[in-house]
Amino acid sequence: MKKIDGKYSALRFGILGAAIIFTAIGLMRREPLEVLGKAVKICLECIGIG
Amino acid sequence: MSGMHRNRISRQRFIQLAAAVLFNGYVAGFQKGRIFTGNSKGICVPVLNCYSCPGALGACPIGSLQTALGGIRRHFPFYVLGMLMLFGVALGRAICGLLCPFGLVQDLLYKIPFRKKKVPEKIDRPARRVKYVILLVMVCILPAFAVTETGITPPYFCKYICPAGTLGGGIPHLLANPQLRQAAGALFGWKTLVLILIAAAGMVIPRPFCRYLCPLGAFYSVFNRFSFYQMHLDSDRCTGCKTCEQVCPMAVEAAKDSNSPECIRCGRCKNACPAHAISSGFSYKQTADRQA
Repeated sequence: MKKIDGKYSALRFGILGAAIIFTAIGLMRREPLEVLGKAVKICLECIGIG
Repeated sequence: MSGMHRNRISRQRFIQLAAAVLFNGYVAGFQKGRIFTGNSKGICVPVLNCYSCPGALGACPIGSLQTALGGIRRHFPFYVLGMLMLFGVALGRAICGLLCPFGLVQDLLYKIPFRKKKVPEKIDRPARRVKYVILLVMVCILPAFAVTETGITPPYFCKYICPAGTLGGGIPHLLANPQLRQAAGALFGWKTLVLILIAAAGMVIPRPFCRYLCPLGAFYSVFNRFSFYQMHLDSDRCTGCKTCEQVCPMAVEAAKDSNSPECIRCGRCKNACPAHAISSGFSYKQTADRQA
C-alpha cells in the first residue's frame, strides 16, 4: 500500500471540521426542533396516504 | 463456504438486526398504530428509516432534509447536513452495508431461492447514476424551488419513491388504522407498486435500491474514498483470483478499487478472500491501494 500524502487526509479532517461547524450552527438555530416537529407527527405523504 | 466465512456473515447480519431494532425500538407503536413522540425524534439517524414508522425512535435524514429545504421556514439545512457529513466522514457507505434496515430487507430478499441475474455493464453503469439525480432533483432542487400554493413543498422523494416509508410506515399504519385504510388511494397504490418492483428486483439482483435509487447511498458514496473507516487491499497478498468481485453484492472490483464509491463495506470480500488480502477498519492516515 502506498500512502497519499496530505491531500485526502486534509480533506477528511476539513470535512469533519465543516460537519461539526454545520451541526453547531444548526443546534444554535434550533433546527432539531423543526426536525422533531416533523418527526412526531405521522407524515401522510411519506407513507403514501396524502 | 468456510466456517469462518459463515461466522463473519452472521456478524454482519447481527449488526444489521441490532441496528434495525435500535432505530425502531418503539414496539408499542406497532401494537397501537401510533408513532413515538419522544425527544430522540429530533435526532437524525444515519439510515433511510421513515420517521413515520410506528417503531422509529429517530428522524429520517432524507425526510428532514426535504423539510428544511421546503418547509415553512425554508432554510439551509445546517443541522441535517452537518449530521449527514459526520456520519459520512466517519463511516462512508458502511452505513448502507451494516446499519441500514432497508439494506437488511434487500439482503434477506436476495436469499429467497430465485433465478439470479447479473446486470449487463452497459445498463448497470449508467443506471447507478440515477441515485445521484434523485438526490439532486427530488431531495434538493424540487423541495427547495417547486413551491406549491400553500408555500410548503411536499417531500417529493418520500411521497413518490421511498419504499422504506411504504414498508416501515404505510403498511403498518394501514394495518392498524381503519381510517387510514379508507384514505389510501392512488398514491398508496403507486408507492406499493414501487415497493413491489424493488422487492421483486431484490430477489433477482442484490441490493437494487442501494445500487440505483437510494439518495442517502449517493450522498455517503462521496465520502467513501476518505472516510475514517476504510477498506484496505494488500496488493502483495492479492493473487488476482477475483473471488472478491464474485461475492460483492454491489459488483465492485475490490482488487482494483477497494474504496469505490459503490462499496457498501459489508465485508463479504474480506471474508471470502482466500489470501486474506482485504482488511477494514478505522484509520487516521489515508492509504490508497488502487491498482492500475
